[in-house]
Amino acid sequence: MKQLIELMNTKLWGRGASAINPGLVVATVVVFIVLCFASPYFLNAYNLVNVAKALVIVGIAAAGETVVIIAGGFDLSIGSTMAAAGMLAAYLLDIGTGVGPAFLAAIVLGICIGAANGTLIAYFRINPLITTLAMMAIIRGLAFVISDGREIIITNKTWLSLGTGKWVGIPYIVLILIVIYLVFALILPRTTFGRYVYAIGSNPRAARLSGVSTKKWQLAIYITCGATAALAGLMLAARTGTAMPAAAMGFELDVITAVILGGASLKGGRGTILGTAIGLILLFMINNGLTLAQVPSFWQQVVKGFILLVAVLYDEIRSGRSDDS
Amino acid sequence: MMSTQNNFGTKNADADNSARIPLIELSGITKSFGNVDALSGVDLKIGEAESVGIIGDNGAGKSTLVKVLSGVYPATGGTMKFRGREVRFNNPLDARQNGIEMIYQDLALCEDLDVAQNIFLGREIKKNYGPIRVLDNKAMTRAAAEDIANMGLDFDVEREVGMLSGGERQMVAVARALQFEPSTLLMDEPTAALSAEKIRKLWEMILELKSRGVSILLVSHRFTDILSICDRIVVVRGGKIAGEMKPNDHPPAQTMAMMTEMMTGDRISKEAGA
Repeated sequence: MKQLIELMNTKLWGRGASAINPGLVVATVVVFIVLCFASPYFLNAYNLVNVAKALVIVGIAAAGETVVIIAGGFDLSIGSTMAAAGMLAAYLLDIGTGVGPAFLAAIVLGICIGAANGTLIAYFRINPLITTLAMMAIIRGLAFVISDGREIIITNKTWLSLGTGKWVGIPYIVLILIVIYLVFALILPRTTFGRYVYAIGSNPRAARLSGVSTKKWQLAIYITCGATAALAGLMLAARTGTAMPAAAMGFELDVITAVILGGASLKGGRGTILGTAIGLILLFMINNGLTLAQVPSFWQQVVKGFILLVAVLYDEIRSGRSDDS
Repeated sequence: MMSTQNNFGTKNADADNSARIPLIELSGITKSFGNVDALSGVDLKIGEAESVGIIGDNGAGKSTLVKVLSGVYPATGGTMKFRGREVRFNNPLDARQNGIEMIYQDLALCEDLDVAQNIFLGREIKKNYGPIRVLDNKAMTRAAAEDIANMGLDFDVEREVGMLSGGERQMVAVARALQFEPSTLLMDEPTAALSAEKIRKLWEMILELKSRGVSILLVSHRFTDILSICDRIVVVRGGKIAGEMKPNDHPPAQTMAMMTEMMTGDRISKEAGA
């Protein structure tokens, strides 16, 4: 009987480092039901589409951040990367560059920022928190210096349709998010990259002694995060129709909260992309619930901070290591 | 030709002969960490199917020596030959590609990965999906389950290593080392976390490997470990080889006394080959 229950749990939630926390799913369902009863506007299609659109931007960046956190790292520079990528694409569109080259250039910028983070962390062994905090300041500062603090209005119709267009009623940006999550959900358990993400996060020394080129893979991991952050920045610019050096400021809090809420461990080695998706849904439902209840945005910020603390505390208790320190 | 016999009673009549055609030959190996010389001119030969015990005091350089052999530390100087061919191991992968496997003192396992994932880490089985190569998780799980069963053990290879007992983890580390049919097995204090029963099982496996032609290099501070399985004992002191002996040339008590004297520097002689 015990084995049968264990088998059912495994089939339902997965096992080991890539298991989904049933508590997270239950909490998400409970919040959904509570909101359905608490507000007549919650289940409104218009409201749900707005929640999905708001979720998408954070969600795309959270996919890359999930990989970094599972690998035992951290990236605080995603908000700045998003702004810089959006600014670069908007500038290139403004001077008449085509949509494709502008898109590619912005992704390459994200890759370069990720490569800079990865190189400093993997090869120069600088703490990820400090490296990406410094990068956050550098990139944001440069975005302000180069643009002189001015926003760029995007007029390119093809670009704008990316942010506003729909396919069978589903916004393009939501479809892009779904595709990205499907790709990551396939990559993490089924490729060498995915396996080494978990191994490096679990025990980097053991991974290195097993012949894994940990530095090379760490570089790849931060490049992935830079690329997804740049893509998120492009989606933000497409959705709002403007690119600002101050864009996505503070997005790091939402991104990291969603990832930790989704079950990725700050100690590395654990987490899933599906968990992050559920964490995102829970976080944005709570956000939306607070908005519908007309809670002032400053208080929403306070609530988000508490959610992050609770998620981290839960991670500590779950890993059973909080007593060690 | 001299016949040797270890404590398990396994005859190894060819140990001397194989030692003349070394599988591994170290000449003047040095390893420095800044101004500190951890190894200063080590000469050592290990024959095919030979089991060599390395013993020495704390800080003598025995762990550094096996780490140079396993590619964890690239040697600062000297030459290393493998089957007569000069090699240089810059990382553990170089050593593994030459069939040299290591069981580390702390086991070096990823606790969040399952048994099969640990066994195949760094050398995953892959399959093609059109142009894309992906991990063959089923094949790895199947092979790992066979390994564990062949070792006479019974535990789920899809369990996280962090959920296993100390003895089971040790066996995972052994299974990982044996999966790719090594030519040489290096072991650094492998019995540290094991019960007496598990130690006996481990030595049985090691002797079985030896009978299949695998060379063994065992680092241990336990005299009994060394005497159990080794054809030859090498004493390391101050980053150098202080002496060698064969455990069956003398009664165990005398061998232990001689090893202690070599470790402390009271005896500077080479019993073997003298």
